[in-house]
Amino acid sequence: MSRRFSPQSIALTLAAPLVAAVFGLGISSIALMITHNSPLETFRAMWDYGTQVGSLIEMVNLGAVYYIAALAVALTFKAGLFNIGVESQIRLGALFAAWIGAMFTLPPVLHVFVILVVASLVGAMWAFLPALLKVKRGVSEVISTIMLNSIGSALSAYLLADHFQQLVAGSNNVTTKPLPQSAWVPDLMSWLNRVGIKDVPGGGPYGLVFLAVALGFLYSFIVNRTRFGFDLRASGASPTAASVSGVNPKRMIILAMMLSGAFAGLAMMPVMLGESHAYTLGFRGGVGFTGIAIALLGRNNAVGIAFSSLLFGFLEVSARILELNGIATEIYIIMQGAILLSAVAAYEVVRRYRETLNARALARAGVTA
Amino acid sequence: MNELAVELRHIVKKFPGVVANKDVSLKARRGEVHALVGENGAGKSTVMKVLYGMQRPDAGEILVDGQQVRFRTPAEAIAAGIGMVHQHFMLADNFTVLENVILGSEPTKHGRIDTAAARARILEMAAAYGLDIDPDAMVENLGVGERQRVEILKVLYRGAKILIFDEPTAVLVPQEVDELFAALQGLRAEGLSVIFISHKLDEVLRVADNVTVLRHGQTVAEVAADSVTAQDLAELMVGAELPTAPPRSTVPHERVVLSLQGITVGGQGTRDLLHDVSFEIRAGEVVGIAGVEGNGQHELIDAIIGLAPCQGTIVYNGTDISRFSVARRRDSGMGLIPEDRQREALLMGSALWENRMLGHQRSAPVARHGVLQLKAVKADAAVIMREYDVRAPGPETPAHALSGGNQQKFIVGREMSRQPSLLLASHPTRGVDVGAQAAIWEELRKARDAGMAILLISADLEELMAMSDVIKVMLRGRISGTFDPQRTTLEQLGVAMTVASA
Amino acid sequence: MKSRSMRWSAYGILGVLVFSLVRAITGSSDLTSVGTFNAALLLAIPIALAGLGGLFSERAGVVNIGLEGMMVMGTWAAGFWGYQRGPWMGIVMAVIFGTIAAAVHAVATISFGVDHVVSGVAINLIAPGIVRYLSVIVYQDSNIPGAGPTQSPSVQSIGSNGLPFLSGGHVLGWQSPDLLGSIGAKGWFFISDISRILRGLTGDVSYVTMLCLLLFPLSWYLLWRTKFGLRLRSAGEAPVAAESLGVNVYRVKYIGVLISGALAGLAGGFLAIVASSNYQEGQTGGRGFIGLAAMLFGNWRPGGLLMGSALFGFSDALQLRASDAVHSALLVIAIGFAVYAVAQWRQGRRVGGAVTLALGLGVFALFTYVKELPGPFVTMTPYVTTLVVLSLATQRLRMPAKDGVPYRKGGDS
Repeated sequence: MSRRFSPQSIALTLAAPLVAAVFGLGISSIALMITHNSPLETFRAMWDYGTQVGSLIEMVNLGAVYYIAALAVALTFKAGLFNIGVESQIRLGALFAAWIGAMFTLPPVLHVFVILVVASLVGAMWAFLPALLKVKRGVSEVISTIMLNSIGSALSAYLLADHFQQLVAGSNNVTTKPLPQSAWVPDLMSWLNRVGIKDVPGGGPYGLVFLAVALGFLYSFIVNRTRFGFDLRASGASPTAASVSGVNPKRMIILAMMLSGAFAGLAMMPVMLGESHAYTLGFRGGVGFTGIAIALLGRNNAVGIAFSSLLFGFLEVSARILELNGIATEIYIIMQGAILLSAVAAYEVVRRYRETLNARALARAGVTA
Repeated sequence: MNELAVELRHIVKKFPGVVANKDVSLKARRGEVHALVGENGAGKSTVMKVLYGMQRPDAGEILVDGQQVRFRTPAEAIAAGIGMVHQHFMLADNFTVLENVILGSEPTKHGRIDTAAARARILEMAAAYGLDIDPDAMVENLGVGERQRVEILKVLYRGAKILIFDEPTAVLVPQEVDELFAALQGLRAEGLSVIFISHKLDEVLRVADNVTVLRHGQTVAEVAADSVTAQDLAELMVGAELPTAPPRSTVPHERVVLSLQGITVGGQGTRDLLHDVSFEIRAGEVVGIAGVEGNGQHELIDAIIGLAPCQGTIVYNGTDISRFSVARRRDSGMGLIPEDRQREALLMGSALWENRMLGHQRSAPVARHGVLQLKAVKADAAVIMREYDVRAPGPETPAHALSGGNQQKFIVGREMSRQPSLLLASHPTRGVDVGAQAAIWEELRKARDAGMAILLISADLEELMAMSDVIKVMLRGRISGTFDPQRTTLEQLGVAMTVASA
Repeated sequence: MKSRSMRWSAYGILGVLVFSLVRAITGSSDLTSVGTFNAALLLAIPIALAGLGGLFSERAGVVNIGLEGMMVMGTWAAGFWGYQRGPWMGIVMAVIFGTIAAAVHAVATISFGVDHVVSGVAINLIAPGIVRYLSVIVYQDSNIPGAGPTQSPSVQSIGSNGLPFLSGGHVLGWQSPDLLGSIGAKGWFFISDISRILRGLTGDVSYVTMLCLLLFPLSWYLLWRTKFGLRLRSAGEAPVAAESLGVNVYRVKYIGVLISGALAGLAGGFLAIVASSNYQEGQTGGRGFIGLAAMLFGNWRPGGLLMGSALFGFSDALQLRASDAVHSALLVIAIGFAVYAVAQWRQGRRVGGAVTLALGLGVFALFTYVKELPGPFVTMTPYVTTLVVLSLATQRLRMPAKDGVPYRKGGDS
């Protein structure tokens, strides 16, 4: 207990992300220098732009979406599985939620609730497929979810174009029928006004940022405090020990994947109910993949994932200023990638170092074999 | 032929937390089979790893053919003519015998592996030392004895003059042991030195010329095999600490806790892994299962706990549980100490308090309405650690940081905490130091006297004799004999373990 | 061995017969056209190369899901240097870029012990970012025609040739007759079909394609007949044993992963320069993953992998060339299921046979009632094929025993 919070232990916990950040910045600097840009000026420009109120709001909004996606991925990591299919679970969840949600009008809160349920059910069902293939036919979920991503994106394109589309006069944007107002979730600008922050052009934080927060608590509770979460983690840590302890491995695969899909289905809801109010052809892609990176960076921990989501959001938003300076915005992807890769390597190094420390601690305690 | 082939002088090897070798010395001559004996944890394997270049000694000297040497890798030891036949075979299952043998020193011709030359050489060696093998067979299709021959050929192929055998008979059936010993005589006759690690004293006396005895990481004696008895060696090995079981003062109850009727577990081939096994365990009774490893003991546990699909009926406390899930069986009060604790009974990377929940996650005090009671669990883990003398800094310590004995004590404590009416204990004291062994025996005895039924599987016949009320012997998936430990000898058990009764 | 090759030839002829039959019934000529098979070859090669890359890495015990990202690097390098220095230089640089990306994977997985899938996914995430960044820098404000942030200017094509006399190949500048081509044009049932298929596979084949095809027997020889191959495979099967026999497992694994990246880079270069004429963003379209699937299908062997790639290449070619041919292919699949069901039934697997038959009937119903498949469904073809094939094949596969298990020198087991 006292060991847990010893200065050394805290230093070790912080060491990996710090090393990763320094390393990530270093690699990005090299990339910038190769292209004859000053790293310092670039970072300063990003910092100045990124810390403006409007940018921070965008960061939170983006972060909320990433956060939910990353929680979905992390759930399967905990179970020793890898749901790369989050991308298409998000997409199909959003598409069906938009289509069904626009069919009727309900009292405001109830309407939102129904849409959320639809989104997560569809996500769960799409995640059920790879789980079934794994349990029944032994197909690795890594490959099958990748294939289902491609299939899902073709399927959603087809459904949108041929079945769910609402033609808007004078616009060539392909979109579903807009959601009625009862399904809209207002932004939180008025709250910010109350603490003295003035309106910004892009609008305030999405109301469903709270959904992300709630899901974070839910994730943490399920994983750490419930029997199901323990079974999940045990399966991930040692499948043999888990089944000896009475966990049914097949059932666990199906439940973990479906729960992950249910989370994933919700990822785009803050945007859809807060801003776009429909599913459009220009639906943002890649959220699921970014979610994988964030889950890894956040070590499958609800708080760690939250910080990582905000970091990724910050980098992405603040890089937009660079276009004005003639630097490719995509530098942020290189930064994210470099941070991620150095982080996973650093975590592994710290883990090995910890093992050695543990052994030494035992030796000091005078414990012998 | 009496020159020293290898000599170890005062080897010291420390690991974090453990001194594995305090002071080990050993001399092996050419044309000699030299046995290295000692209890589990006496440091036998460590000193051999030092000799083979897998570990570097902290102090001491190694001499090969009178020259002082210092090995940094096994490759250097191999070059000096030392070979190791590992206890756990190091073979690629998906390779042929030939590929396994030549790996690392492949003969080539124009850049291509010269398979014909390799095959000829292997067959020649096989004939010379009496190691019958088909070089083109896939290793995955070989039996244990054949695999061991492949390991020996690997070593000989590299021109080893000194062969280390690490507990080679642990996995063999008696006929295979005979074949191995014949091969060892062949090696000796060719002038090679064999270092034979074992804790089975009768085998040692059968095969060895000289014996070095280790105790707690120290050489305590070097004796000629024909000048000592097994009893002498045993006393040298354990010193004064030989734990003995007091006679039991209670008697088993009449109530049957577990009843197996015609349990059969099918195998991949034609033979059943477990065939028509029936017996009962009563409250307060210890039923011991003896047998050479791999004769259905593991399948028996799996069948009872529900991991292996089986035919037959299992009645537990009056309820037919044949179709119950693993979870339901465990929750109805079956304690389990599995054979391979690190794989089956622990989450090695997780804290001890998390491990406290494993297998108990569905019932109080661990969970209520599906919610874990973390406070209660942590407190309970601390209690188990105190009561069962688990030596670790605290419940937050990860399981992998503990020694094998302490891991096992924690598992025993965990399983006992629910006061199960039945305990399935598979090799509960394997790889555990003498102190922990005595403690575990004491706990089992106390629980038995309080009315717990125990199924005890062990490879240690003395443990079985001391603990059991009745001993069943398993051979090829069947019960080949039932014995009363009070009126039976080790020899009788040995016969039942190896020869199918009429 | 002889009877096995004869059996496979028999299967091949039977397959072509079914295709000819369906072609004749449905009238969709693309099912057996020269163009389809020429395209199938072109599409199969990158998949097969990626799969071969996966093979080298996984035989050495390192799962390489980063093939896709390594291919992406290859496509970009091929576009950039192909435009600057000609197509061959483009191919060379593609190989180098793929190898660089693989070096990252090797360092992370082998030296740092990072989970293989995690590292691979990270590479797949970063690679598109890097190439976009590079493209913006070199193409955005350049005035090169056709260049932009998502594509390179076009690259000169590499020459091609065919079999002399049979497929109209040229020898020292002389154009030989095109025998298969003229028979293929006759419209004789089966004979013309088989001629068109062979003509498609052997005519107008790029020199790069020929080189790539050579890599397969070469890899087989390297892995199964040489010292290096034995050691590489031992790193994937039993690294601890290999280390104990003096094999430098780390080095062997590094080499395996680097070769893997080189081949993935080559696959990318092929996509950009041979299968297309410039680099385009998203050009790889998941082919790295399909390559992995082909490797699984081929049971971690070059021959099987090539067959798997052919299957995927063909389904890809069909979907690209003509959606009506995909529709007709449904009939082929239905017949295939029926044949498989009969085989299962005869082996005594009654339930399996019934399920397969039901699937076949389902596909047949689809063929009968849906006259034209909507476009997106056609696009899905290769991915659905991958899923179906994997779910049929996975259970009889044998992967390297220690594939994907992080290895630590001197560690336990």
